[in-house]
Amino acid sequence: MASVEVYPSIEPLRWKYLDRIRTRPGPFTDLDVFEGSAVAQNMDNMKVLVIGAGGLGCELLKNLALSGFKNIHVIDMDTIDISNLNRQFLFRKSDVGKFKAEVAAAFVESRVKGVSITPHKCKIQEFDEDFYMQFQIIVCGLDSIEARRWINATLVDMVDEENPESFIPLIDGGTEGFQGQSRVILPTMTACIECMLDMHVPRAQVPLCTIATIPRQPEHCIEWAHQIAWDKEKPFPKLDKDDPEHITWLYQKALARAEEFNIPGVTYSRTQGVVKNIIPAIASTNAIIAASCCNEALKIATNCAPFLGMPEQNNYMQYSGNDSIYTYTFQTEKKPDCPVCGNRARDLDVNLGWTLKELIEALAVNPSAQLKKPSVRTEKKTLYMQSPPGLEEQTRPNMDKTLLELGLEEGEQIGVTDPAFPSVSFKFALRFK
Amino acid sequence: MTEVVMEQMPPVLHGPTEKQRKYDRQLRLWAESGQAALESANLLLVNSGCGTVGVETLKNLVLPGIGRFTIVDDAVVSEADLGVNFFLDEGSLGKMRGQCSTELLLELNPEVHGDWYPKTKGDLNLEKVLATSSTFTLIMYTNPIRPADLAIIQAYGKQHKTPVVLVHSAGFYSYFRILLPGAFPIVDTHPDETATTDLRLLTPWPELVEFAKELTRDIDSLDNHVHGHLPFVVILLHYLDEWRATHDGAYPLKYAEKIAFRNLVQSKMRTDNPEGGEENFEEAVAAVLRAVQPTSLPSGIREVFDYKPTDPQEDGSPFWIIAEAVKKFYEKHRCLPVPGNVPDMKAESEVYIKLQNIYKAKARQDAAEVLKMVQAVPGGRDVDPAEVGLFCKNAAFVKLINASAGGGIDTILNSERLATVAAQEFSNDEMAEETLTPLSLLPIYLALYATSHVESSTREQIVSEIAKAVPGAGVNQRVVQAAEEVARAEGGELHNISALTGGMVAQEVIKVITKQYIPIDNTCIFDGIGSRCQVLRL
Repeated sequence: MASVEVYPSIEPLRWKYLDRIRTRPGPFTDLDVFEGSAVAQNMDNMKVLVIGAGGLGCELLKNLALSGFKNIHVIDMDTIDISNLNRQFLFRKSDVGKFKAEVAAAFVESRVKGVSITPHKCKIQEFDEDFYMQFQIIVCGLDSIEARRWINATLVDMVDEENPESFIPLIDGGTEGFQGQSRVILPTMTACIECMLDMHVPRAQVPLCTIATIPRQPEHCIEWAHQIAWDKEKPFPKLDKDDPEHITWLYQKALARAEEFNIPGVTYSRTQGVVKNIIPAIASTNAIIAASCCNEALKIATNCAPFLGMPEQNNYMQYSGNDSIYTYTFQTEKKPDCPVCGNRARDLDVNLGWTLKELIEALAVNPSAQLKKPSVRTEKKTLYMQSPPGLEEQTRPNMDKTLLELGLEEGEQIGVTDPAFPSVSFKFALRFK
Repeated sequence: MTEVVMEQMPPVLHGPTEKQRKYDRQLRLWAESGQAALESANLLLVNSGCGTVGVETLKNLVLPGIGRFTIVDDAVVSEADLGVNFFLDEGSLGKMRGQCSTELLLELNPEVHGDWYPKTKGDLNLEKVLATSSTFTLIMYTNPIRPADLAIIQAYGKQHKTPVVLVHSAGFYSYFRILLPGAFPIVDTHPDETATTDLRLLTPWPELVEFAKELTRDIDSLDNHVHGHLPFVVILLHYLDEWRATHDGAYPLKYAEKIAFRNLVQSKMRTDNPEGGEENFEEAVAAVLRAVQPTSLPSGIREVFDYKPTDPQEDGSPFWIIAEAVKKFYEKHRCLPVPGNVPDMKAESEVYIKLQNIYKAKARQDAAEVLKMVQAVPGGRDVDPAEVGLFCKNAAFVKLINASAGGGIDTILNSERLATVAAQEFSNDEMAEETLTPLSLLPIYLALYATSHVESSTREQIVSEIAKAVPGAGVNQRVVQAAEEVARAEGGELHNISALTGGMVAQEVIKVITKQYIPIDNTCIFDGIGSRCQVLRL
């Protein structure tokens, strides 16, 4: 094999190893799209956005800076907590209480010469499409499904067939304990996050009557303290889940109830876990998933090797490390009835005897809807509006009417909006059980 | 047993300590016992090449609080290091790489101790480092390594029975191997919670039978509230009895019988109530296929029963003493000790707690019987009863890694094994399209293996080295492609691939040190182009 030329960057010594790979083709490189001589300069001019500066975010910033990206922005509204320090390696004990985005950006800028990182300590919803349009790649390290759905809907909405710059790849990582996943979304071309929504099934809630009258598990006692005793006794004006005094109060209440019913297993740690919905998190899984995301970002930015999300190819890597190591890399398909990137209404199983209130509750727990504050209308009339207050009051009486009484028919389409996703109109076709 | 002790502990009224708060998110995975094991571990990293993958691994071990680490690395920091290694900065240029990385890693966690060798360039003496350090819990080394250094590590590993992890990362590819000094049993495997339910509905013991009978004596005349709160375990026990009465005492074991039995249970659900059904009966119906099952011996514990420890030291270890006792228990009762956990189910609090206590009491009774057997053998009196309790609780999920011969530090190249695996993998690949299985990643391992001791190679050199290790593999098209991809990197690491690999290696090191969860057996290969892994036993 004749040696293929390396096109060194402005700092040829520093980026020696990276340049060998990113500027010359390998046996799997698509030569129709790869242009080695342009790679370094292209990357110098690219802007990448990182959403989240937590467990994944810290890793993402390090990895992108050492992948040759020069201009990075990062958004995170959170401040640093002591429980972050076992994995969020850009933070020290003295940083507790400071903004994650600012500390992380400053740290990586000082460690890696020549990279610029701009922090934004706010919510992603505070920026508009013009802001997101300036980036060529967006990488997410989030723990909230809602934020993922929002950025996904925004990026799909931004696509303008006439304007190639409106088309921004979204790379998304997520972890839980020893497990995680990374995926690439090319808005309108591959399956989007909303298409895959039913892969994140919301955790089943314990029925209120179990909590209130027949507890059997330590979690039931903790939920009783949290949902019932707190509201009744109001020991502090507002529950602060990060205040040890508040958690201790809940713990003692839960413990007393557990003793009353002879239920073993209520501990402080478990109380905190249930109340804050804590998900175990470790450095190693975050390292794996974040590096996988950035590996895809480098391949997308350079075309030096095939990436996840190419047409008709795999776009999703699922990782599991509890029992040996296992990855499952596959293709998720676009769904024609996706409310964000499809155009067909999605079937929704309902019961004619349901009240509108029950329909609305079903929208919250249905794995492919997961809408917590839905407003509902048919083509003919408005059934329920969350706001403005006047309209809410006017439509509230419908809540207790059954679907039959409201005159809904098999196959009829309802339109649903939710303030969490202002750019999306969810369409459902009713199917009677 | 531990569980009982914890229940009786007075409530802690103050919050967690600062250390517990810092490690909260990981303590939920490996508990205080795992944390203590990590904190007493002493690791050695023998670094080489670009040196990133080893340092990234250490980062993921320093953060969760490993006790102590030592880096052996005789490289001096060059400009190229700064483009790939995050634990170096402008001030590191010209200094010893081991020193700079150690110092920046220690910033991550003040509770961790770290050291480096050699102190000055050209002063590397690995043998001396090993001889003068306190015993290492585990050694990691990265390729390319000098054969002389490898020989020193091998000798140490053999002498001290030290687990050795070898790691190689170049371009888009990497692999790592865990070489364990002998069979490696794990009791605390953390199986999926839903998998652990073992209700013994076909072999109920007198207390459970009595309890179920008492609740279902007049099942049809119970009021709706009581009927709707019978635990599903009790419902199934009741209707299993009814089934046997009409089937010559036999249980519904064939699939068609189970369906018929399920229909029977379904038909007993009351639907003339305001809810139009009963949740507890729905739970019973849903549980039939899973719970109406004769107990069988899972493959993991079967392997433990069949294994013959060869080493006298191994033979006298608490694990093997307990395993032998559990085996005797199994031979006597034809079932494993009852694990004792009961899933949540629709039931009145008091009834559920009683049911839970019946299972717990049986579990304690079984564990006590095993403990007696343990204490009857030489050395058995020294075994911690808590360890017996944990073994009994997890018996169905106990796992033995590295059980068959080989796999130790001596077997970096087991030619016979490699040839067998290669033949199998290449033949699978020919069928891959029909069987819809992903292609083997063995070619990546072979191409990296061919550069175990050299900084960089051409495609032709790599292919010819592979042909020496695995005759005939040199003509395989995918092997040639992998060789070309490895040649492209010229021994250089990509930060992302090394960060990802460092994550996996750290995870596996944690499993080996804590003896929790199940480590790989024994080689994990990563393909950064296709974004996937494969684990092979080589």
